[in-house]
Amino acid sequence: MSAHADTHAHEDDHGHHHKETFVTKYIFSQDHKMIAKQYLVTGTIMGVIGVLMSIMFRMQIAWPEEPNVLFEALLGKWAPDGVMDADIYLALVTIHGTIMVFFVLTAGLSGTFSNLLIPLQIGARDMASGFLNMVSYWLFFLSSIIMVISLFVEAGPAAAGWTIYPPLSALPMAQGGSGMGMTLWLVSMAIFIASSLLGSLNYVVTVINLRTKGMSMTRLPLTIWAFFVTAIIGIISFPVLLSAALLLIMDRSFGTSFFLSDIFIQGEVLHYQGGSPVLFEHLFWFLGHPEVYIVILPAMGLVSEIMASNSRKPIFGYRAMIASILAIAFLSTIVWGHHMFISGMNPFLGSVFTFTTLLIAIPSAVKAFNWITTLWKGNLQMNPAMLFSIGFVSTFITGGLTGIILGDSALDINVHDTYFVVAHFHLVMGISALYGMFAGIYHWFPKMFGRMLNKNLGYIHFWLTAICAYGVFFPMHFIGMAGLPRRYYTNSNFPLFDDLANVNVIITIFAIIGGIVQILYLYNFFSSIFFGNKATQNPWKSTTLEWTTPVEHIHGNWPGEIPHVHRWAYDYSKPGHDVDFVPQNIPLKDGEEELQH
Amino acid sequence: MDLTQGTRKEKNSRAKKMMLWFGIISLIMSFAGWTSAFVVSSSRPDWLKEFQLPNAFLISTLTILLSSLSFILAKKTLKKGNNKATLLWLFVTLILGVTFIFNQFSGFQQIINLGYNFTGPTSNVTMSYIYLIAVVHILHVIVGLICLLVVIYNHFKQKYNPTKMLGFELAATFWHFIDILWVYLFLFLYFVR
Repeated sequence: MSAHADTHAHEDDHGHHHKETFVTKYIFSQDHKMIAKQYLVTGTIMGVIGVLMSIMFRMQIAWPEEPNVLFEALLGKWAPDGVMDADIYLALVTIHGTIMVFFVLTAGLSGTFSNLLIPLQIGARDMASGFLNMVSYWLFFLSSIIMVISLFVEAGPAAAGWTIYPPLSALPMAQGGSGMGMTLWLVSMAIFIASSLLGSLNYVVTVINLRTKGMSMTRLPLTIWAFFVTAIIGIISFPVLLSAALLLIMDRSFGTSFFLSDIFIQGEVLHYQGGSPVLFEHLFWFLGHPEVYIVILPAMGLVSEIMASNSRKPIFGYRAMIASILAIAFLSTIVWGHHMFISGMNPFLGSVFTFTTLLIAIPSAVKAFNWITTLWKGNLQMNPAMLFSIGFVSTFITGGLTGIILGDSALDINVHDTYFVVAHFHLVMGISALYGMFAGIYHWFPKMFGRMLNKNLGYIHFWLTAICAYGVFFPMHFIGMAGLPRRYYTNSNFPLFDDLANVNVIITIFAIIGGIVQILYLYNFFSSIFFGNKATQNPWKSTTLEWTTPVEHIHGNWPGEIPHVHRWAYDYSKPGHDVDFVPQNIPLKDGEEELQH
Repeated sequence: MDLTQGTRKEKNSRAKKMMLWFGIISLIMSFAGWTSAFVVSSSRPDWLKEFQLPNAFLISTLTILLSSLSFILAKKTLKKGNNKATLLWLFVTLILGVTFIFNQFSGFQQIINLGYNFTGPTSNVTMSYIYLIAVVHILHVIVGLICLLVVIYNHFKQKYNPTKMLGFELAATFWHFIDILWVYLFLFLYFVR
């Protein structure tokens, strides 16, 4: 690492081409742009697995206990005669959640775009430590492999839900997936946390220290602000999950009683006494809630950038946007209790958490209004990236409104653990973050691969995805309010829910179509890498620094000196200029004033 | 201070120092997780209220404080260019660090001799916490010792001088952190029941 840094030291102001072998360029690369692509491809593969799982368990819910060729082909012994086993249903739900939250929307989203954009947009040659950045990716890769391996364990993968509450996660004999499957889950997540921490440390210090001359914090694009704050939340909250996991491992393997108490198995009392699973819930959700902002904040940053660029207007309320990111980050660490309203927590504590939770509506609303006012009277360029950004705002508002209901402890009791909750968090963080990720991919694909994605396929991809996403999650609000509980293998035992069976069929059909549509996207993505139209240097006419680098990637990003920055990131349609965008590296003209934002 | 100024090398060395500080924040958060779990659990009926920490822990606290002092002296002598004295103080730090770990284990033995178990069916949760926290701290001390060995090796190869001592400073910062962390943990375990 130090040798690497030393070779760079004397080429302070001019990049130069390293002699690179295939291995150092494509596999053990320390170049942030390659690492970003590695994150994206790995995240995409994990995403395919996660979505496939969701389609399978949706089929089980729609047509319970009916033979299905897909199950027979993919699940093997878990689907005797094509009928899905209840244990594997729970495992699919668990691993779907884990993969989508951590491997796709944390590593896939944050890992890809933080790595790609932080050095490029702040004007740095690379991350502070290219070596640790590489280690971070390979730890993520290793944890992905272990998580996938856990699917093939004899007794089944972890099946305690992605929140792995004890005792299901703490007693190896509790259910099939509590044994080896759970162990591998914990090992995989421990490695994932290490990867995420190394990544976050790099992002934070790079943003603070490696900015080019003139790039003050108030000239940073909002993407960088979002990645920066996301990384700080990660540094603060992920270690607590590690604490909880270690206590859990003690209970699992060394017979302690941190989380376990008075448990009978087959009539025999176990030795555990006095522990409380609520303690685990507190520790878990101290990570778990900030985690949803780790997922959504980078998407918010990407969307802000894409919206300003494609509205050809400065982002509305730049400082308010930064303030709301900071406010959300702060509030995210003091609201975890709203996940535990019915877990036996003190009702007074519940009302405190209700208060802090509802406060988050304020910065969230600031952001939503700022996006809408950015669009207002803009010269809108409706390319796929822009459509996904507008889609993001739509799903974020739809999902956010139900958050107000769920955040109120009195109202939450009625819909807790029903499909209402599933609808809420899928819209507000799942689909929204996914839209943000798609928007980012459509917008920065030319920067990543030097070619353009097919626009028409992009339009079809967006509209079908948008219809299917609402088709899946909108009806869930109603079946949730009707009381249908989440996570159940089948509802056919309850005559009460017979009327809802048809709704579940409709949801599943939308889910299947929505899944198939993604094949279109995958085709577009992988074929455009090789056969897409060649990109120009600045295809979207944006102001930020990444578009001043050459289309062909070079180690060190800029062939000559790193450009200096003279203005903020949002000089679109500024009066007094011939073109409707002024890149950040263009000096102010005589008599031109920097916008007071 | 305008952090956008400076050469690439200055920026990078500043970034690495800062990276350690943010790493320390994340370590603090994980220990905050365990100590707050400790506080929450202290309302349990099977919690031990009447209990003295073993004497070995007090001795180890003094040991690790002294080791920090010797590391400071090592840095001071290095800055003055007195390489022999630096090597001596580094070795003193190493020996004190190893002594600390031995003391911790004799502390565990003293607790077991009192009739408490850390793990297994007969374990007591208070003791499980103390054991877990102390063992995880020992793991950090071991990491610190590995860094110290690297520093000693590099110093032996004369790689440090008063103007070029980034690795030395990083190791020192980490060592002081695990020292202060243990002092905090000791006071915490002593006063919080």
